[in-house]
Amino acid sequence: MSNTFERRNFIKLGLGAFGGAMASAFPNFAFANADTDTRFLFVIQRGAADGLDSVIPYADPAYARARGALAISESEAIKLNGTFALHPSLVNIGELYKSGQAAMVHAIASPYRERSHFDGQNIMESGGLRAYEIDSGWLNRFLTLLAIGRNSRKDPIALSATIPMALRGTNPVTSYAPSNIPASDNDYMSRIGQLYETDAQLYALWMQATATREMAAGENNRQNAGSMGRLAASFLVRDDGPRIAMVESNGWDTHQGQKNRLENGLRGLDAEIATFKAGMGDKWAKTIVLIATEFGRTIATNGTIGTDHGTGSVAYVLGGKVNGGRVIADWPGLANAQLYEGRDLKPTADLYGLIAGVLGEGFGIEPQLVARTLFPALPNTRALGGLVRV
Amino acid sequence: MDMIIAQNRFGLGANGLGPAAETDAKTWLSHQFEAYQSRPPSNFAIGNSADIAQRLEARQKAKAQEKKQADPSPRLQNYDDLREIYFDNVNARADFAIKSPTPFMERLVHFWANHFAISVDKIQVRALAGAYEFEAIRPNILGKFRDILMVAITHQAMVIYLDQARSIGPNSQFATRVTRNATTGQNRRIGINENLAREIMELHTLGVHGGYNQTDVTEFAKALTGLTIMNQQRAQRGGSVTIGQTYFEESFHENGPRNILGKTYRQNGMAQPLAVLEDLAKHPSTARNIATKLARHFAGDNPPPRLVDELATTFQNTNGDLKSLYRVLINAPECWAAAPVKFKTPWEWLISSLRATSFHNIEQVEVATIMRNLGQAVWEPKSPKGFDDIESAWAAPDALMRRVELAPQIASRVRITSPNIMADNLFGSGLLPHTKTAISRAESPISGLSLLLVSPEFMRR
Repeated sequence: MSNTFERRNFIKLGLGAFGGAMASAFPNFAFANADTDTRFLFVIQRGAADGLDSVIPYADPAYARARGALAISESEAIKLNGTFALHPSLVNIGELYKSGQAAMVHAIASPYRERSHFDGQNIMESGGLRAYEIDSGWLNRFLTLLAIGRNSRKDPIALSATIPMALRGTNPVTSYAPSNIPASDNDYMSRIGQLYETDAQLYALWMQATATREMAAGENNRQNAGSMGRLAASFLVRDDGPRIAMVESNGWDTHQGQKNRLENGLRGLDAEIATFKAGMGDKWAKTIVLIATEFGRTIATNGTIGTDHGTGSVAYVLGGKVNGGRVIADWPGLANAQLYEGRDLKPTADLYGLIAGVLGEGFGIEPQLVARTLFPALPNTRALGGLVRV
Repeated sequence: MDMIIAQNRFGLGANGLGPAAETDAKTWLSHQFEAYQSRPPSNFAIGNSADIAQRLEARQKAKAQEKKQADPSPRLQNYDDLREIYFDNVNARADFAIKSPTPFMERLVHFWANHFAISVDKIQVRALAGAYEFEAIRPNILGKFRDILMVAITHQAMVIYLDQARSIGPNSQFATRVTRNATTGQNRRIGINENLAREIMELHTLGVHGGYNQTDVTEFAKALTGLTIMNQQRAQRGGSVTIGQTYFEESFHENGPRNILGKTYRQNGMAQPLAVLEDLAKHPSTARNIATKLARHFAGDNPPPRLVDELATTFQNTNGDLKSLYRVLINAPECWAAAPVKFKTPWEWLISSLRATSFHNIEQVEVATIMRNLGQAVWEPKSPKGFDDIESAWAAPDALMRRVELAPQIASRVRITSPNIMADNLFGSGLLPHTKTAISRAESPISGLSLLLVSPEFMRR
């Protein structure tokens, strides 16, 4: 088998060089209190979404080898460039990519390097270095840089029963739960996972149980596919409404039967994006959507035709304001020696840098200022520029 | 700490409202032999098999009548009656278990009822299941193994459940009479039914690899012919046996010597199967089978070989004295491991939850329905083997979800002082710091207590 696959090919094919953005590369930025018409939707994929089968490095020969039964063949995937292809379920995101409105950043991770969902989510949402160290979220702290928080109708909104960590903090935010979410039990139910965190047996059972419930709910609400996207758009499209919204997407912890579960999850996500875009109408041109997960999954498949907790994954930046049509990756490679701790996709891109770049450029605020405000524990965070049309 | 293990592992769960009494754990357990009440007071009606049998008989008659009249409407009530008996008896069982000051003994009742399992998935057994446990199991948990064996397998619920009532010797007087009448057009199938004989050997005594073969089963089944239930027709001929009671019907018995496990039984009538049962009850395979099950129940899914050996030896040395076996358990270090040794069955989880929260108002709940939702319908195992006593049978995602969903319903119906204090009372130094943190972070006492009830510590014993 030929092994001519090299890392630099990916850098070249990935087009935009990552990590080279400097503050000087951002012209005309305000330094706080920006009033803006930009819309930002943050979608968190809770449960560690598998980046590898979502944005597939089909040109890396190690991919098919490592993934075996889970590998998605080049022929069924949606080809993006000579290196990467999209999971066949991501039809609408594929269309956005073709029209230059979608970019993916691969081999990305927060600074978290362990494998607990809760710690991982807490870190990626709080913007800290260690779990539970900071008690506010980066999206809430971002509000201090904006002038849009003055009118309560414009408070950022979480489309969930409780405020997720990323939006928690001193700046006013709101939440709205559609009636099909059992609001009363959400807090208790969400604490169960934490309760079982140190108990391998109960934790695994609980993860399976919740995933099954979600799938069952998904089956029951098949006609409701895309309902969260529609709902998010109904808030963000308004001139007198919020500019920022957050949606939680669950069920990505594909320890077993990954093929079907990922397929369902991605199809659902793709439908949300489609309804969201449709609902935004001409405001779509001012919109940025960021989709990210707490960490990725193992390169190899496990014994139950799934994958376990890993490190690097993929993030998506979508919207009419996005300078897309590219996959940004300093590809680390999938050969054994190239993996993080011999098992995971090695992170070469920084999620915090991506967030700072996207929000800075998107809202017209100096991106390094955004980085310092949102991620004070990581002063070396470098904003990733060029993903948003300024 | 020993007292906490005694309450949670030997008993049915500690009470969260107060700290464990400062008594010696082993003394607390062995005192329960004397304090145990096989008929504790209860607000619920306890099934009485003679009464139920008569009602069953009446129902069958009514059904036959109904077929003739083609008017089914007024008869349904009989069925509802029986259904209610089942629901009441399940509540009574829970009521005993929750309030009992001798929970080790109550656990043994549940253990033996499951060893000599019947299942209400056979509709005729539904109303009798409670009566079976109250009459055959409860009074016999502290005697000899042979006694509980004899009473259990001759109880009408077992005789009906394992199809013994119509097991008739092919050369019995009855068969001969029927064959003689065959020319008159009667065509009744007559023969033995091996079900009860097989399950006694495979499940109740020797165990599946206990050293018997098919011929032994068939021979034992023939020896058991005659063990049946009095019906209307035969009762009319007189005698002291009431309808529905088990008795020995000489005319059903296959006469002649029987060869079982290398021994010839030449007794006549009921003396023959009783002699076989006596031998089965003291067989070394039986000793090992019972020893293994008891060790698994109190020391973990993979029963420690040393403990199994000691129990089996004690069984043989004491002629199957159950109290002696329980004393071995009480004194076995394997049963006192600090870490939990068992994943609770749904029944154990529910009862311990209700004990922990002093949920004494059983009138308010339908335990049978709750248990069905939790995945272990009471007295309804899928086979005569009873419910499995291993973790893999109960530690399943949806089963866990159901416990998680039920916990707030319990927590919202009881008086809560402080979930943190309750956790300390229930687990003492066995409480994990992680659980303690999770409970203290809960947004409300109800949420905190719910978390306690589904905590890793509470899921196991």
